[in-house]
Amino acid sequence: MLEIRNLHVAIEDGTKKILNGLNLTIRDGEVAAIMGPNGSGKSTLSYVIAGKEDYEVLEGEILLDGKNLLEMEPDERAAAGVFLAFQYPLEIPGVATMTFLKAALNAQRKGRGEDELTTPDFMRRVKAGAEKLGIPQDMLKRGLNVGFSGGEKKRMEILQMALLEPSIGILDETDSGLDIDALKIVSEGVNALRSAKRSFLVITHYQRLLSSKPMAMPTI
Amino acid sequence: MSNITPLKTEAEQALIAQGAKVAPDRQSAFARFVDAGLPHRRVEAYHYTDLRALLKNAPPPAQAGGRVTTASPLADIDAYKITLVDGHYDSSLSSALPQGVKLQSVSTLADDGADEKGVLSPDPVIALNAAFSESALDIEIAAKTELAKPIVIRLVTTGAHASYPRVRVNIGDHAKAFFVESHEGGVSGSLIDSVFEVRLGDHVEIDHLRLNLVDPSSTVLTTFGGAMGRESLYRGHNFVIGGALSRHQIFFRFEGEQSKAEISSASLLNKKQHADSTLVVDHAVPECQSREFFAHVLDDESTGVFQGKIIVRPGAQQTDGKMMSRAIVLEDGATMNNKPELEIFADDVACGHGATVGALDEDLLFYLRARGLPKTEAEALMLQAFVGEALESIEHDGFREILEALAEAWLKARSA
Repeated sequence: MLEIRNLHVAIEDGTKKILNGLNLTIRDGEVAAIMGPNGSGKSTLSYVIAGKEDYEVLEGEILLDGKNLLEMEPDERAAAGVFLAFQYPLEIPGVATMTFLKAALNAQRKGRGEDELTTPDFMRRVKAGAEKLGIPQDMLKRGLNVGFSGGEKKRMEILQMALLEPSIGILDETDSGLDIDALKIVSEGVNALRSAKRSFLVITHYQRLLSSKPMAMPTI
Repeated sequence: MSNITPLKTEAEQALIAQGAKVAPDRQSAFARFVDAGLPHRRVEAYHYTDLRALLKNAPPPAQAGGRVTTASPLADIDAYKITLVDGHYDSSLSSALPQGVKLQSVSTLADDGADEKGVLSPDPVIALNAAFSESALDIEIAAKTELAKPIVIRLVTTGAHASYPRVRVNIGDHAKAFFVESHEGGVSGSLIDSVFEVRLGDHVEIDHLRLNLVDPSSTVLTTFGGAMGRESLYRGHNFVIGGALSRHQIFFRFEGEQSKAEISSASLLNKKQHADSTLVVDHAVPECQSREFFAHVLDDESTGVFQGKIIVRPGAQQTDGKMMSRAIVLEDGATMNNKPELEIFADDVACGHGATVGALDEDLLFYLRARGLPKTEAEALMLQAFVGEALESIEHDGFREILEALAEAWLKARSA
């Protein structure tokens, strides 16, 4: 369960307040949607939950399953179960996607005190996930997100989410810039990850995503 | 030597005193060094590496017979091996060479340090090598020889003395070879001043790996001079991880048309290391192509220098030259000096250069950390990718993997 209480956030120099006393509770298995005009602080909220340093939390708290996220480093938050699907996934030339996925998965497992996955186990999981999302094998060998189309980058975000199995998935405009087919694949990918334990925070501009069949959202 | 004045530094005075033992046929080289003295910051080529200030002492030249006690990191690679110990050829640590390759250890050298037509430019560090180098290695690769294995020339320094290795390679037309010049060993107080000259014929294909793996407390000055004929390919890869004070000079000249040179370099520096990469690529003839890529990672209070110059001579039309230097500065105390230059005297050329210095991209770091990678691991992954760009052009898997492992160990030691 994610609980945000009375959250006040400014940009780092403290001059401009962006969030003013936000309260939000997302129970296990629930999907919450945030809609609003550009510049209203939707992405800021997602970054603050994930732990980006450019923001200053003036007041309030963010709890995930009772644990105070604001006291954790970004990597500790990830190990605790936070996953942010970026609005603009970054390109990292020279880091093969596969290498990155394995490093991320094992770092999180280590962070949670679990054993590292063996290479065959890891490969099996990646292959199964990639196939469902229509990600060809050669994409996994290329530099992370390098030369990927917008839709491919978003699919890669969903693949990462599937592998990392977070307790809360934050989708920051994951539906933006996708054509109908890509939207369907991404929606199905997200839906496949829904479970009674996992919750979602969906940031979007479009009613259509919320009402479209593949991603049938329950009312909250 | 009338200009010896009390202004000479301790190191210069020591070198001048050692000059009494320089053989008569090398006195001219010695005189050139004495005239110039150690180069300092008012000498443009040494502006960022003021040897006069940085070189505190000059140990005496090493005698032959030094003992090598460490194994080379390259020992497991299947290669022809040539070993120079403190600048002296050691046949017991060298292997037989294949047909088509002749090796000769010569005791005296023609003094060509200032020969304008030679491969090398006039330079006090080269003059010093010419004066004190007591033996040189001449390697001849016959025309049409295609070597099945690389030739690893290991240059080991065994103590707190000076060594002046000199290697000359002549490569005949239509030959194909892979050379490794690996500087190893050294202790605090070692001074290495090496010169490696290569003359390449026409239609040759050469890979040259130059490694500075010496102890991080020693001083290394290396010079590579190459001149290449027509329709040939030179691929040079440099890797710098050792030396408290180091300078790696490259003087490369195209003498035949339609040739190509690709030169890359990766330097990983920490603590108070100072490493200088100085490059002059001289397009003396038309229709040649050169690509240079230099990467520096600077931690702690280290200093990196990149000076790169592409010269396009009058008439060297259709020259295509591109030079890039990238540096990542990890700590506030580290410094990078970039000086890219183009000197173009022809009007139908495509030349470009770029130089960047910066910290690791914060947004990329956050992206990796948001996926669960702790800060140091995320940084290491990004730096590995950065260095990898300079290493990926090494086609020999064995050497590339060894260098990647050395880089990884450096990064691990950093985050430990």
